[in-house]
Amino acid sequence: MVDQSEAQAIAIPAQPAPARASTFSWAWIGVTPFLAFAVLFLIAPTLFLIVGAFQDAQGHFTLANLADLAQPSIVRAYRISLEISITSAILGAIFGSLIAAAAVLNGLPGWLRPTLLTFSGVASQFAGVPLAFAFLATLGRTGLVTYLLNTYLGFNLYSTGFNLLSFWGLTITYLYFQIPLMILIMTPALDGLKREWREASAILGASTWQYWRYVALPVLWPSLLGATLLLFANAFGAVATAYALTGSSLNIVTILLFAQIRGDVLHNANLGYALAFGMILITGVSNGAYIWLRSRGERWLK
Amino acid sequence: MKSSKVGPWLAIILGALYFIVPLIATFEFSLRMKRGQYSFEAYRIVLADPQFRATFLFSTIVALAAIVVGALLVVPTAYWVQLRLRRLRPLIEFITLLPLVIPAIVIVFGYIRMYNSSSILPLTSTAAGTNVLLTIGYVTLALPYMYRAVDTGLRAIDVRVLTEAAQSLGAGWGRILFRVIFPNVRVAVLSGAFLTFAIVIGEFTLASLLNRPAFGPYLQLMGANRAYEPSALAIIAFAVTWACMGLIQLVGRGARGATPVR
Repeated sequence: MVDQSEAQAIAIPAQPAPARASTFSWAWIGVTPFLAFAVLFLIAPTLFLIVGAFQDAQGHFTLANLADLAQPSIVRAYRISLEISITSAILGAIFGSLIAAAAVLNGLPGWLRPTLLTFSGVASQFAGVPLAFAFLATLGRTGLVTYLLNTYLGFNLYSTGFNLLSFWGLTITYLYFQIPLMILIMTPALDGLKREWREASAILGASTWQYWRYVALPVLWPSLLGATLLLFANAFGAVATAYALTGSSLNIVTILLFAQIRGDVLHNANLGYALAFGMILITGVSNGAYIWLRSRGERWLK
Repeated sequence: MKSSKVGPWLAIILGALYFIVPLIATFEFSLRMKRGQYSFEAYRIVLADPQFRATFLFSTIVALAAIVVGALLVVPTAYWVQLRLRRLRPLIEFITLLPLVIPAIVIVFGYIRMYNSSSILPLTSTAAGTNVLLTIGYVTLALPYMYRAVDTGLRAIDVRVLTEAAQSLGAGWGRILFRVIFPNVRVAVLSGAFLTFAIVIGEFTLASLLNRPAFGPYLQLMGANRAYEPSALAIIAFAVTWACMGLIQLVGRGARGATPVR
């Protein structure tokens, strides 16, 4: 069909214009439902909040809402959110890469790799409320690990100031889905490291360290950094785990926004929009950087 | 050579410990309900709880609805882009990635403000309308995964040849889509479906903010009020997630040996 119309286009120069125009309009109709869905339920609601962030209660343009974000409680919420997201992203990236590298690169038994990937698929989705329960049963005040440490090693975890309902508690919990996500992203990237590169560098007399420093890491870094950014956004937008774990005792930005949606705790609807706008801005920048870096990283994997 | 394997093994073992210990701890905790002995009492109580059954059923139905709507939305679009609108691919892919960029809590915030009782489309003013909105929200959350699965599935078959063959036999667009394209990407749709199910079944944020009686808010409520049941629920939720991921692998493996349909 296409060949025919192309042949016609060459043979009869006058004909193709209307033919092409009709396929064009037809073609657009095919994606209209999807585009309508995306506009109605993804783009418009987001734009509604973004526009609202720049309006006052009467609908006039204002920057006051964004300026109001500078009040101490909101700044603190953003800061704790950023700290937890950055820490869990970096630690998740390091541990995830190490585990992925261990499974992919060093001739460990063959069953290990599919097992690891399946488990990572499960664990990366095992977030939200049940994850909070699991960690309460593990590291909570009556948790198994807390109990074992105290009984057999005489080490009272909670006397060191540790608290599951705190910065480190939440970070350790988030790592439960961050590390598997990193493993899932980094495994294909590590597979892309060609055996020949290692052999070539060995023939040229490079040590293992030099191979990693001058060959492998420069190839991997876009994937590494990109994946870290994705982990960051993943943690930054998380609500359920933190909410189930800490109630509203830990003041992170998603929990503040949750309370704002429930009952306008900021006493200013448009300030709520500004809070959401700040979140979109932060995850938008980090995801944009991820997509850009991933396209750079994929050049080597082809 | 042997000594160089110590590091990798250490990484694997420490990683395994970190991931298995919480599961063991949760399981152990869930058995502790009766004083002085291990029992499945917490599971018995949870499974007999009418609230558990009602919320789990509700979330299952919403998940199935989200899967059907998601598949009907994604498959024709991905097919059409592959067949006719290749230059639109970057735009469509960008849109499908947006739910990873915009946090779920922000999306639902937008819904609540845009579709409230004073808007043109007052979805949140009735329970049925809110259920529709919740389903749509889940379609949105699952969109990146569903689209990627289907797109990969479509790349593996020759969409153009299948379409032209069907057309030359006199099939219309509906018949091509549902009798030719859908059967050929059913494995991709199924893996997208199981992932959607895993995401939706325990989802908390949307269900809670839209005030629907779903499994996620029920979990949170149990966590706030009970001691041992939450651990049993966590184990059940983990088993459901594991089943979904296992089914994805099973379906995928079956596909490799199977011959393409029609």
